[in-house]
Amino acid sequence: MSPTTAAWLALACPLAGTVVNALGFKVIKGKLPGVIGTVALAAAFLFALIALFSLQGRGGEHRQLVSSLYDYAVTGTVDAKLSILVDPLSILMMLVVTGVSTLIHLYSFAYMSGDRGYTRFFAYLNFFVFSMLLLVLAGNFFLLIVGWAFVGAASYLLISFWYRRTTATSAGIKAFVINVVGDIGLTLGAFFILKNSHTLDFLGTFSQAKELGADHHGDLTAGLILLLVGAFAKSAQLPFHTWLPDAMEGPTPVSALIHAATMVTAGVYLIARMHPLFEQSVAAADVGTIIGAVTLFVAATIGMVVTDLKRVIAYSTMSQIGYMIMGVSSGAYVAGLFHLMTHAFFKALLFMSAGSLISAMGSNQNLNDMRGFRKAMPFTFGCFVIGGLALAGVPPFSGFFSKDEILLFQAETGGWHWVLYVVGYITALMTAVYTWRMIFRAFWGEPVEQAVELEHGHLWHAPQPTNPANGEVEDTDVGFPGPEHHIAEWALPMKIAMGTLAVLATVGGVVLIPKTTTWLDTFLEPVFKDSTVQPAGSDGLLWFGLALGAALGVLGIFIAYTIWGKANGEVATRLRERVPALHRFFANKWYFDELVDFVVVRPFGWFGRFGQQTFERIFVNGTLIGGPSTLVRAGSAAVRAVQSGFLRAYAALLLVGAGAVILYFLIQSS
Amino acid sequence: MDIGWYLTVSAIVFCIGAGGVMVRRSPLVILLCLELMLNAANLDLIAFSRMWGNGDGQIFAIIVMVVAACEVCIGLGLVVAMFRRRLPIDVDEMRELHG
Amino acid sequence: MAAVFFFIAGIGAIAGAIGVATVRNPFYAVLALVSHLLSLAALFLLLRAEFIAAAQVVVYAGAVMVLYVFVVAYVGSQDEPVRPVGGPGLRLASIVFAVLIAVELLIAVLGSGLKGIDGRGAPYEAGFGSPAAIGELLLTRFLFPFEAASFLLLMAAVGAVVLARRRGGLEGGEDEVLRAIPTRLPKGAGSIAEGVGDINPTGDIGRPAIGATTGGDGKEEGGW
Repeated sequence: MSPTTAAWLALACPLAGTVVNALGFKVIKGKLPGVIGTVALAAAFLFALIALFSLQGRGGEHRQLVSSLYDYAVTGTVDAKLSILVDPLSILMMLVVTGVSTLIHLYSFAYMSGDRGYTRFFAYLNFFVFSMLLLVLAGNFFLLIVGWAFVGAASYLLISFWYRRTTATSAGIKAFVINVVGDIGLTLGAFFILKNSHTLDFLGTFSQAKELGADHHGDLTAGLILLLVGAFAKSAQLPFHTWLPDAMEGPTPVSALIHAATMVTAGVYLIARMHPLFEQSVAAADVGTIIGAVTLFVAATIGMVVTDLKRVIAYSTMSQIGYMIMGVSSGAYVAGLFHLMTHAFFKALLFMSAGSLISAMGSNQNLNDMRGFRKAMPFTFGCFVIGGLALAGVPPFSGFFSKDEILLFQAETGGWHWVLYVVGYITALMTAVYTWRMIFRAFWGEPVEQAVELEHGHLWHAPQPTNPANGEVEDTDVGFPGPEHHIAEWALPMKIAMGTLAVLATVGGVVLIPKTTTWLDTFLEPVFKDSTVQPAGSDGLLWFGLALGAALGVLGIFIAYTIWGKANGEVATRLRERVPALHRFFANKWYFDELVDFVVVRPFGWFGRFGQQTFERIFVNGTLIGGPSTLVRAGSAAVRAVQSGFLRAYAALLLVGAGAVILYFLIQSS
Repeated sequence: MDIGWYLTVSAIVFCIGAGGVMVRRSPLVILLCLELMLNAANLDLIAFSRMWGNGDGQIFAIIVMVVAACEVCIGLGLVVAMFRRRLPIDVDEMRELHG
Repeated sequence: MAAVFFFIAGIGAIAGAIGVATVRNPFYAVLALVSHLLSLAALFLLLRAEFIAAAQVVVYAGAVMVLYVFVVAYVGSQDEPVRPVGGPGLRLASIVFAVLIAVELLIAVLGSGLKGIDGRGAPYEAGFGSPAAIGELLLTRFLFPFEAASFLLLMAAVGAVVLARRRGGLEGGEDEVLRAIPTRLPKGAGSIAEGVGDINPTGDIGRPAIGATTGGDGKEEGGW
């Protein structure tokens, strides 16, 4: 089977899963939708593997294949075809997406059972995977934009999955609006590039990269910065990041899949895919690098103070994606994609474990209420530890290798990138601190009542289901979470999924161990061999970086233990009292939401109100429409007076008219 | 006599009829004034027929008489219907058909 | 001789006309019209149109006026109220207009110097206005108008019967006085009055003002 056929089939599987689940929801009962969804994804993963082996079976020069299914609209300047591009980059993304998605489907098979919207969940989830595959396989801007928009829509559908919760629907709308802003950037950016390249096709555009950079530098830079706007909105970078923490309103598998492993990495993929163009425009690349660096720092500071378990992990995602964006913008493509892959593993693992812990807490997500779960949930604790070690960057876990690759590249580039190097390592320390803060707070100390009940083999349930965000009472019917809670220790599918990811998080770094294995490098070489950004390697910096990374990781764990691990967290309270202003600043997320509200939301609201009350009501309705209509009405009222119903008036008019005509003829003839 | 005399009489009778239509309020009398106008036209027609020497005008006058008879029929039928419904026989009161 | 007869008949005609236009009682107006018709018949005779004169007397004065008399008897000849709705100005204006039209016509007839009119008329042929001549014309040259006129008479007869027949149930009791037929559409049916709104304020729609004296008509603009 050729790689492109396998890729088309991999695209078709989740689409089939969606359609079957969506159209047959009345017929398919019980857990069958879960089975359909998971099997569809597993088939897609299988096809992705087939595509991988098929592609590797070809020679090195023939590893970029385009396959077009249908010419949608081909004119002189626009060639919109349904074409996919199969090359190592898209295969890597396909594998990550389908692989992690299969595991998450398996996890949700158990986690979401009991929820009235089970079928709908799997339909949406399959639709999301289809859209994401469309995005990564797209061979031209046309399908890329389509996939981008679909992914945004799927994100909205899944964030507001429990649609009777107003917090969830508001979060969904917020995410969608910011994503649409990104879509505008993406589309406009594609247009700016299309304007001069006259083709939507990727390979066609990239072959003209040098001419575009030389002759139309302004247009190219503008287009790339607009593309970056799209990437930032999708990947939750500053200043378009405010939707990601609120997106934690969705069910935990959604957070694991979309907002950790796949959708938010679309921006990283975009920059990596457009790398020939980015290398032509230093300004755009620098914008990406700086925003990535700023985001990773800001997100880490906020992650250290938030008290909602899933939001800690969300800010961690934001920070790690900042690393990836910084990497691919500055030219460290393989390193950035390597970090994308390992991050998918350990972040999904962390989210799954968080889901299990939240189930044990009876849907309570507040970190302040969790303590002492170590004995009650050993498997979940183990997964948290593995994920935490990988995230903190402790060798030999996967996160260690990938993160250091990126920072090494910054050091090798030199110049002002040294600042990024320093910021990156400071943030690495903070990463370890906030990750292990979460783990120590939840698992150390005196067990809370939920943990105690669980130790006695009995899952704790809240007396009344409530919305964890604002405490509103709800029920367990459709549109709200189901009555059942599932923890990993008792549900085998969850255990299998989390176990697989734990293994991958541990050994995933093996594909690119410096000086030892270069599997990922050689795999991705056909895509990035035309890269012009290749700084000189430096062994000294390499060992220094590795050592520093490991040391900072361990130091962070130690600091976290000191503050939160022992003595039930009293040190934390005292620390907070010493710097209240700083703590408040971080806890309010650097006041970004307020800033966005002030700069964007209020002017738009004012503008809309002005439009309706002043312009629409007075000007359009009153003058433009009211004017002529009043005029006509007045005129017709005047004319109407002639038809009075008065017979004698009619007779008189008749005769007067006749008299006038006779007079006229008299005058005429004389 | 000169034709002109007959035409003068006809004109005067016509205008008296016209004035009567405009002034009177009872539909019966208005119809009578209409008859006056028609008769004036008849006189004119006969006069001109005499002037030309052929009988065309007289035929025209016969037809006018036929029309007048029909119109009186219908008009009186209307008045009878009005009377049947106890409406006032007064054109000033009958002005519902207005714009 | 002919001139004398002419003046007598002419003055008779004009007097009859004035009588029709001014007399208050409709019955007397009918009588005035009858006298006018007879004078006109005399004028026709002077113009040598014997058949027309006979037809005028027999048909017009004999049949049509008799019909009128019957109707006036049935309807009841109540006198007209003196004060017209439009006020005395209306009456004056009508008279002025009538006079104006008369003046115009006279100017047309006499002022043009009568160039288009042959004063003496054509030479008289025997049998000019006789029934034979009329009959021949009716059945040869003017056959179509003749037939059409008969058709028109048929229509008029049928129409008169339809208009004046007694319809069941619509009249109500003998002592009800319906002031105005509720011919307006009910509220909300989209009549022009509704669409226009306050420009032509009318009374309550659809209310049979039984026994009401002025009803809602007092608010209406008369138009004149």
